[in-house]
Amino acid sequence: MSLLPFCQWLADTTGSIALHESLFMYPLVESAHVLTLCLFLGMAIMFDLRLLGFTLTRVPITEIKRRMGPWMLAGFAVMVITGALLFYAIPVRSYQSLWFRGKVVALLLAGLNAFVFHTTIDRKVGAWDLDPKPPRAARVAGATSLILWAIIVVAGRMIAYNWFDCDKQPQAHIVNIAAGCVVPPAGGR
Amino acid sequence: MNLLPFIEWTASTSLSHTISTSTWMFAVIESIHLLALSVIGGSVLIVDLRLLGFGIRTHTLAHVAREAQPWFIASWTVMIVTGSLLFASEPQKLYYSTPFAVKMSCLLLGTIFALTVRRKVTLADEGQVNGIWLKLVALVSLALWFGVGAGGRWVGFSG
Repeated sequence: MSLLPFCQWLADTTGSIALHESLFMYPLVESAHVLTLCLFLGMAIMFDLRLLGFTLTRVPITEIKRRMGPWMLAGFAVMVITGALLFYAIPVRSYQSLWFRGKVVALLLAGLNAFVFHTTIDRKVGAWDLDPKPPRAARVAGATSLILWAIIVVAGRMIAYNWFDCDKQPQAHIVNIAAGCVVPPAGGR
Repeated sequence: MNLLPFIEWTASTSLSHTISTSTWMFAVIESIHLLALSVIGGSVLIVDLRLLGFGIRTHTLAHVAREAQPWFIASWTVMIVTGSLLFASEPQKLYYSTPFAVKMSCLLLGTIFALTVRRKVTLADEGQVNGIWLKLVALVSLALWFGVGAGGRWVGFSG
């Protein structure tokens, strides 16, 4: 299934063109997207570091979650909305970006990691809430989250670079496949 | 004080040449700069939110500030090192950039503020400092670091 026709349709909508060509809206949306990293990811990192036993080791896990959770959620909402707007402004190139695709995969894995954490070891948080060094499963979840979010940030930043863009041929065959490039057959125009 | 000779000297170094002519170096350094931004954001916000009355309540402000401090210092150092490399790659552009001037001013003020007033207030015994002052310190800190971040992002949009 290719979402390319949908992305092409989206790219031709008035709103997409307006956002793409705007002098200030696009930079403002992108700035909000990047700076919200401090709020959402900053809080997530502090929580993950607590899970690893690297900071705030005397503060209960549930206390950090209770106080910082709402800020993290608010930050996440802003990241999703601004991220969606950035995609809306440049749909086709984003869809066919290797970095964007990698970012989406890492985002899904980060969501899966969070889901597994909340449905398993976090259910029994009462038993280890005050542990300076939480149980192994919690530490693994924290480390996995840190690694995946680092990948998401780096991949997100790299979308700006055109190294693997479809309109920059020839690309390696594997790049064209992974990025979903539509390449005319060799010899044709 | 004329900084232009320093700017021109920086641009003439092999370090500057290596980064600015490399395909991937700027991108990689910029990515590390962004990762450190997330950490510094977390270490600043967890204390400033507490100052504003939204943070961790089971422990004292001084405890939260002490726990966050090593992460702040570490991420600040990474920001300065990677930021200096980014600066070295395009000193002339940045010398004439208004957003960059705003960013550097906020960085200087933010760092001094963090090491002086904010440090004193956060490490003071509970109840020593009036609540309104705690909030004011948090707002000044947040405003200055926001200036650093927003200025930094806007450097990329101009020129």
